[in-house]
Amino acid sequence: MATVSLRKLTKRYGTVGIVHGIDLDIADREFIALVGPSGCGKSTTLRMIAGLEEISAGSIEIGGRIVNDLPPRSRNISMVFQSYALYPHMTVRENLGFSLKIAGAAKGDMDRRVAEASAILGLDTLLDRRPSQLSGGQRQRVAMGRAIVRDPDVFLFDEPLSNLDAKLRTQMRTEIKKLHAKVQSTVIYVTHDQVEAMTLADRIVIMRDGHIEQVGTPDEVFRRPATRFVAGFIGSPPMNLHEATIDGGQMVFASGEKLPLPGQFKSNVATGDKVVFGLRPDDIYPTGHGISSGGAADVHQIELPITVTEPLGNETLVFVEFNGTDWVSRMLNPRPLRPGERVAMSLDMSQAHLFATETGKTLRS
Amino acid sequence: MDENSSARLKRRLLGIVYRIGLFLAMLTICLPGLWIVISSLRPTVEIMAKPPVWIPQEISFDAYVAMFSGIGKGGIPVIEYFRNSLIISVTSTVIAVAIGMAGGYAFARYRFRGKSGVFLGLMLTRTVPGIALSLPLFFLYVRLGIIDTHFGLILAYVALNVPFTIWLIDGFFRQVPKDLAEAAQIDGCTRWQAFWQVEFPLAGPGIASAAIFAFLTCWNEFALASQLTRSVSAKTLPVGLLDYTAEFTIDWRGMCALAVVMIIPALTLTYIVQKHLVGGLTSGAVKG
Repeated sequence: MATVSLRKLTKRYGTVGIVHGIDLDIADREFIALVGPSGCGKSTTLRMIAGLEEISAGSIEIGGRIVNDLPPRSRNISMVFQSYALYPHMTVRENLGFSLKIAGAAKGDMDRRVAEASAILGLDTLLDRRPSQLSGGQRQRVAMGRAIVRDPDVFLFDEPLSNLDAKLRTQMRTEIKKLHAKVQSTVIYVTHDQVEAMTLADRIVIMRDGHIEQVGTPDEVFRRPATRFVAGFIGSPPMNLHEATIDGGQMVFASGEKLPLPGQFKSNVATGDKVVFGLRPDDIYPTGHGISSGGAADVHQIELPITVTEPLGNETLVFVEFNGTDWVSRMLNPRPLRPGERVAMSLDMSQAHLFATETGKTLRS
Repeated sequence: MDENSSARLKRRLLGIVYRIGLFLAMLTICLPGLWIVISSLRPTVEIMAKPPVWIPQEISFDAYVAMFSGIGKGGIPVIEYFRNSLIISVTSTVIAVAIGMAGGYAFARYRFRGKSGVFLGLMLTRTVPGIALSLPLFFLYVRLGIIDTHFGLILAYVALNVPFTIWLIDGFFRQVPKDLAEAAQIDGCTRWQAFWQVEFPLAGPGIASAAIFAFLTCWNEFALASQLTRSVSAKTLPVGLLDYTAEFTIDWRGMCALAVVMIIPALTLTYIVQKHLVGGLTSGAVKG
C-alpha cells in the first residue's frame, strides 16, 4: 500500500520529448487511470514508474521513497502487460510462483500464496497447464494472478484488456474492479479506452502529447471538462463541438446559423471572441424524448433535418444536420423517424460547454 | 461418378505422386552417403568397376579392422585424429556459441552506434572463402609458433563461426518478446537473472542449432585444417583421410571406412539434438 508522486517527470529520446514534466499525486489505494490517444505518453509514464524506462528529468516517489534510479525489482510494484508476457516455458503454477522463487520464498509459503491468488481468480484447475494451452481471458487472469502473488505496493496495468474481444473485455473489467476492492492496492491503469477509464477509476488522468490535460473523477471530467480535447475525448458518442463567434448574446456559426449564448457564460465572453461550443448527445434530443437533467428554463428549441438514425433498442442515436455537419443526439423512448424529416430538437443550454478556440481551455469560471 | 468421389480420387492420386517424388528426392540426397557405407565394405575392384556394381558381392569389415591395427599394417592413428577433432570442434564450438550468445543478444536487444555497420561487417567476413585465408594464416601462425597446434585451429574455427552464430542467435533472441524479460525484472530478477531464467531457455533451441552448425563446420572442415596441421598430435579426421593416399595409389575402401567413422558421431549428435530443436516454444507467451 503506497502513495505515488510524480514531480516534473520528463522523458526525452535525444531531442524528441515524449513526456514533458508531468506532476501527479496518487493517494494510497486509489485507482488511477491514465487515458489518452496513442502516442500521448501514457505508457511511457507507466514504464518510467515501473523502472523499465529511465527518466530524463524529474522524480518518482513510491510510498514516500524516491525510486528514480532503482531497478524494477526494488520498487515493489507489479505490472500486467498488454501482451500478458507469461513465461511460455513454465506452467501456470510456475508463472504465478516465479517472483516468490526468485525472492527465495519457502516452498510452503509459495504454495500457499499461489493457492490464494489462484482462488481469487479461479485458476485452480489450470495450474498445471502452460500458457499456450490457455484462452485469452485465462492468460489475462494468470497475468493478474502473477501480479497479485507479489503483494505489491502498486499495481501497474498497461492496456491489459485491449487484446480481448469486446464481451470478454467487459467481463474482465468487472473482475479488475472486484479485484481492486479485494486487494485494496494502489492501481495505475493505462488505457486508450475512455469507457474503461470511466468505469474503473477513482480518478482519471487525461494525457495528450506528453502533457496532462485534466485530472479528475469520472464525473468531473465528464461534466466539467477543462479543455476542448477532454470534452471530445471523454464520453461516447463524443460531445458535439462547433466553432462559433460571439455576437452580443448570440453565437454565430460558420454556416450563419445562430444559437443563443448559454447564460452561464455570458459574463465570460465578449463580442468577437472565437469560441468552441460543445453539447453532449444527452443534452440534444427530439423534444419530449430527452434525459437532460438541466433546468427547463434554458432549453432552446430548434428545428433540424435528420440525416441518419441508429436504433439501439431503448434509445436511438439521431444524427441531425447543424452547421454543415452531423450532430449526434440521444433519443429516449424512440419513435420512428425518417431521414430528411425535420424535427423539433431541444438543446439544454444549461449543460453546454464553451472553450476558447485559441487555447482550447474552458470558459467556465 | 459424382463430383465428390472424383475429387477424392484425385486427392489420393496426388498423394501417391507426391510420395514418389519425395522418395526420389530423398534417394538422390542419401545415395552418396549410402555409397560411402557400401564402398567401405567391399574390395577396391568392385568400387572401381564399370559399370558400377550396385549390390555388393562380398562384404567384409577388413578396412575397419585394418584402420585400427596400427602403423605398418594398413592402420592410421584414428584414435589420435578422433581425439584432435573432438577437442578442436568442441572447444571452438563452445567458444563460438558463447560469443554468439553475447553478440546475438546485444544485436537483438540494444541500440548502439554503428550497429548495422558492425553487423554488416560481420556478415561480410562470411563472403571470404576460408581457403583464401589459408596462406596468410599459415605464415602468421608460423611466426607466432601456433602452427600445427590445437590452439591454432581452434582460433581459426572460432573466427570462422562467430559471425554465423551471432547472426543465427540474434534471430532467435529477436523472437523472444521483450516483454518477457521486463516481466521477469518486475518479478524481482536482475537483468542477468532475467536472461538466464527466461530469455535463455526460450532461445535455447536456436542456440542449440547454432551449436550444431558450428560443430559440424569444425568437424568436417578440411581446407584450413590441411594447411595448418601436419602432425599426428594436431591433425583432424578430414585431414586424416589423406593418409590413405600414397604416391601412386588411393585406398578408396580405407578412405570410405574412415569417412563412415567420421560421419557416425556427427549423425548421432545431430539426431540427439534435433529432438530438442522444437520450435513454437514461445507460443502462448504473448497474444497469439
